[in-house]
Amino acid sequence: MFPVLAFLVGLPVLAAIAIVLIPKSRSELLLPVAFGLSLLPLAVAGYMVWTFDTAGGFQWVESIIWMERLRIGWTVGVDGISLFLVALTAFLFPISILASAKISDRLRGYLVSLFILETGVLGVFIALDLVLFFVFFEIVLIPMFFMIGIWGSSNRKYAAIKFFVYTAFGSAFLLASIIALAVNAGPVLQTVSFQWNDLAQVPMTSAAQTWLFFGFAIAFAIKVPLFPLHTWLPDAHTEAPTAGSVLLAGVLLKMGTYGFIRFNLTLFPEATVKYGKWLALVAVIGIVYAALVATVQPDIKRLVAYSSVSHLGFIVLGTFALTLSSVQGGLIQMVNHGLSTGALFLLIGMIYERTHTRKIADYGGLASTMPIFSGFFLLAVFASIGLPGLNGFIGEFMVLIGSWQTFPVLTVVAASGVVLSAIYVLWAYERVFTGPPGKANKDLEDLNSREIAILVPIAVLIVFLGVYPKPVLDRMENDVNAVISRIEQSTNYERPTFDLEGRLTVDVGVPEQGESPSGEGSE
Amino acid sequence: MIDFIWLVIALPLFGAVGLLFFGKRIGEPNSGRIGSALVVLSFFIALVAALPAFAGTLEPENVLLFEWLPALGVNVSLLWDPLSAMMTLIVTGVGALIHIYGTGYMHGDSRFPRFFTYLNLFIASMLILVLGDSFATMFVGWELVGLSSYLLISFWFEKPSAAAAGKKAFIVNRIGDFGFLIGLMIIFATFGSLSYSTVFANANILETGGATVTAITLLLLVGAVGKSAQLPLSVWLPDAMEGPTPVSALIHAATMVTAGVYMIARSAALFSIAPVSSGVVATVGALTALFAAVVAIGQRDIKRVLAYSTISQLGYMFMAVGATAYVAGVFHLMTHAFFKALLFLGAGAVIHGMHGEQDMWKMGGLRKKMPITFVTMLVAWMAISGIPPFAGFWSKDEILAITYGKGGAWVVLWAIGIVTAGLTAFYMSRLMFLTFWGKPRWDDGLEPHESPRSMTLPLAVLAVFAAGAGLINTPFRLSLEHFLDPVFEVIKVAHPPEGSTPWILAGVSVLVALGGIAYAYRRYIKRALPVEEGPRWDFLEEGFGVDELYGRTIVLPGKAVAESAAFTADARGIDGLVNGVGGAVKKLADAATRLQTGQVRSYGTGMFLGTVALILWLLVRGGAF
Repeated sequence: MFPVLAFLVGLPVLAAIAIVLIPKSRSELLLPVAFGLSLLPLAVAGYMVWTFDTAGGFQWVESIIWMERLRIGWTVGVDGISLFLVALTAFLFPISILASAKISDRLRGYLVSLFILETGVLGVFIALDLVLFFVFFEIVLIPMFFMIGIWGSSNRKYAAIKFFVYTAFGSAFLLASIIALAVNAGPVLQTVSFQWNDLAQVPMTSAAQTWLFFGFAIAFAIKVPLFPLHTWLPDAHTEAPTAGSVLLAGVLLKMGTYGFIRFNLTLFPEATVKYGKWLALVAVIGIVYAALVATVQPDIKRLVAYSSVSHLGFIVLGTFALTLSSVQGGLIQMVNHGLSTGALFLLIGMIYERTHTRKIADYGGLASTMPIFSGFFLLAVFASIGLPGLNGFIGEFMVLIGSWQTFPVLTVVAASGVVLSAIYVLWAYERVFTGPPGKANKDLEDLNSREIAILVPIAVLIVFLGVYPKPVLDRMENDVNAVISRIEQSTNYERPTFDLEGRLTVDVGVPEQGESPSGEGSE
Repeated sequence: MIDFIWLVIALPLFGAVGLLFFGKRIGEPNSGRIGSALVVLSFFIALVAALPAFAGTLEPENVLLFEWLPALGVNVSLLWDPLSAMMTLIVTGVGALIHIYGTGYMHGDSRFPRFFTYLNLFIASMLILVLGDSFATMFVGWELVGLSSYLLISFWFEKPSAAAAGKKAFIVNRIGDFGFLIGLMIIFATFGSLSYSTVFANANILETGGATVTAITLLLLVGAVGKSAQLPLSVWLPDAMEGPTPVSALIHAATMVTAGVYMIARSAALFSIAPVSSGVVATVGALTALFAAVVAIGQRDIKRVLAYSTISQLGYMFMAVGATAYVAGVFHLMTHAFFKALLFLGAGAVIHGMHGEQDMWKMGGLRKKMPITFVTMLVAWMAISGIPPFAGFWSKDEILAITYGKGGAWVVLWAIGIVTAGLTAFYMSRLMFLTFWGKPRWDDGLEPHESPRSMTLPLAVLAVFAAGAGLINTPFRLSLEHFLDPVFEVIKVAHPPEGSTPWILAGVSVLVALGGIAYAYRRYIKRALPVEEGPRWDFLEEGFGVDELYGRTIVLPGKAVAESAAFTADARGIDGLVNGVGGAVKKLADAATRLQTGQVRSYGTGMFLGTVALILWLLVRGGAF
């Protein structure tokens, strides 16, 4: 069988090599070639989405053990949980390259960084070997560090180092936990193994689960980031170049939320049931806190960065609420947030190229001078605050409805996010776009065709996923169910049933809620 | 057999999308004509689909369009029953008239096509709201009408006040939606479904007056209060008058703001077994009706009178559905849609003819300049004042009679309703007298004129309905009640008391209304015009300072909290800690900077080697070897 995933991850590496090989005299070819090459992984991802078997389970699995003794190797596969993160990654890179047309300084290195970054992120989402996962997880840091540190704005050095040190700090916990996990499972498996599949079979003591759960959780919580570990993100976002911000929000943060589902939920079910509420609590604090902080940010990019922290809180809440709707909602929210926030950062980049300011106070009246720009911005804004019909609603709604039964109080608090997000977003929109245009903004040019071309694919997906998310949800459903079922099998956790379960006199259109206790409390 | 009903939504949606992209090319007036034609078409399709309902043979039918959120069992699916049919006819019927009116009113506006894009979007959204067959689809429509409302209120966004009003409307509505959303969570946790069929068919399992159903209904009420601008969330509607007048007529009078009433009527199966919640609904309605009617008296701006009047009339509808008189509530919703749309469009014609003037104190004597507008508004004036046989009389009186008939504390609500009726007649007479009677008070050089045919025609049509629509549900002939029978079949719907009581009550309310008109006549016509200025009138005009109260108690403290979170807790507290801890790290990092070679290779190698070394070290320590 053709190694689809090795090919997928290898393509960006080959692209990076091709970029290096382009002679200096032909540097005008750099961008077009890079863009063309970046479409290849997208094509592969598209093929995968198209042919994915909705029955679920890992597909296109490749396993080559390099070190038999430690069972470390190239084990990769894609299931319903990672499929759309892979697709999102492959989708956002060509867009990021197009959005980098104004980069002139050391363009070659910039593009190479981008491709290495793509390899790293794709690797993270497909790795089923924990060492491999860790290596990819770390590879991502390096190009992003450079993107912020070299191609960033004025305070880039500080932001880059903060980003690097903060996440590397988390990685230390991750690495230690991975190794301890493998070592701990050694006696049962009769060998040390870093294979996700092996480790997922091994029952663990409560104590071991607790330690390892938190070890993984710290690394992922920094990556997401969860309150109060979030302060690296606004700095990184503000300083990063547009493509850096798009990719950071779009896919890098998802490495954390993905990690929670792939590792914490599956490997440490007991600890998940026991301590999940604490992560949900932190997530919900983050939803409200970051929304409040976003409201008064004077810098539009920082505002969007804080809104990211707020929105990602919903994902983590849903993940640990452990119902089909909540986890699935969280998962699709990862994709949706990547699209809407990605679009926002692209738009901010476009206006920054014109005005060289990110201060909200410097704008005003853009809706009359730049109607197309403001139309796209409004679409992205309403997608991000979860307007029905646009993609953001699907995830938020599923998370909220699904999480209530597990965490009623937390979910109510989280739901206040729908009010707060409307406040910070619409207030910002009002200040930037409405009113009479000031002197500085009178002669701004509206989006050109390249910029429109960048935004249209995202806009189409934003609407499509909001109206008809079924193709995505179908591909996720069985694997999400499997994750929750595993937890039910290995702990005393049971998915909540609804109050009138078994008592409904008229049974129409009731969704499956796992196995329902039959006849219980019937009248 | 009404599979084609999706067309009712699809046509205006198609219009919205088409005009969004090609509106500019199509231009004025064709974009307006296309937008209007699509809604007219929608109306006739709905009419055909509703024919069985008029014959009393309509079986409620669900039409599945596509699956949406399988995990929640939610599909995009429509419900065609007499209630949704009636709402659809109101929305598309009044909507079509207002579209046509808009082609005249918006003439010459630089974004004429965009206006019809948004109006079509609104019609489609509102139809999703009333046609969806689950709470989820209702919520979808609910939010989408909020979007259209936002876009249309701030249609003239260059004006800061218009932009602020749109934002305010959306945010205040979202406060209501917060409650709605929690209500949905509990509904799902209780019934395992959000679809009407499952929830309503099984509602009777819940204990009557129990905590669950009370909680659900109160939370739904929070949503309804936001959308229908009831106390304490009424503050957004007067500001919403910043939008073009056709918008005020369609969205902020006839249709969208009645969504709260529709929601409660639709959820009658739940509200009718939640007496506490129903009492709260009626009380909120009565207090809002009175409050807004009082405030309406103090308005100088003709549109703001009508805005407060709308809030007040919606209060009546809340009283009705709170009294479990769902048919009466929906009846008033319908008659109000006609006469209030008429009033707004009439006011729009006045403003149009006065070249943008909205202050009634700068009008006067317009009845000769604008005869058609004047005559049609006369009808609406009679209708809202509750003078028989105009439409408002029948619907308002049914509400009052039922409220009175419930006895006990409900009589207090009835009394509030009667007082409000008197105030209504008074403020509406004030509006009419100041605008159409007396001596001209407008600025020199202003030439008031009658509006073009595209505007007066809708006025005439609405006037017919404002005059006659009440006759579909009189004590002599309860057609509407029979029409809606299939919807409220199993629900206990309150009815007016038997015997002579309703007639006496009707007599009382007509007398009160005539009293209001007579007093206004004395005050504004018989004598020299009074001076309505000074701090007390200002206070009244500002709606008793509710806005300022919210500003001081919620907005400002909220902003202070946000600021201290952002600039103290986050910047200094959390990030300060991070930087503090990082102080040492930073030194290290600075040292590391000197090691920078700028070569990706060396970093990669270093990273990889470091990783491998660490792994080996831990493995050895872990005893793997």
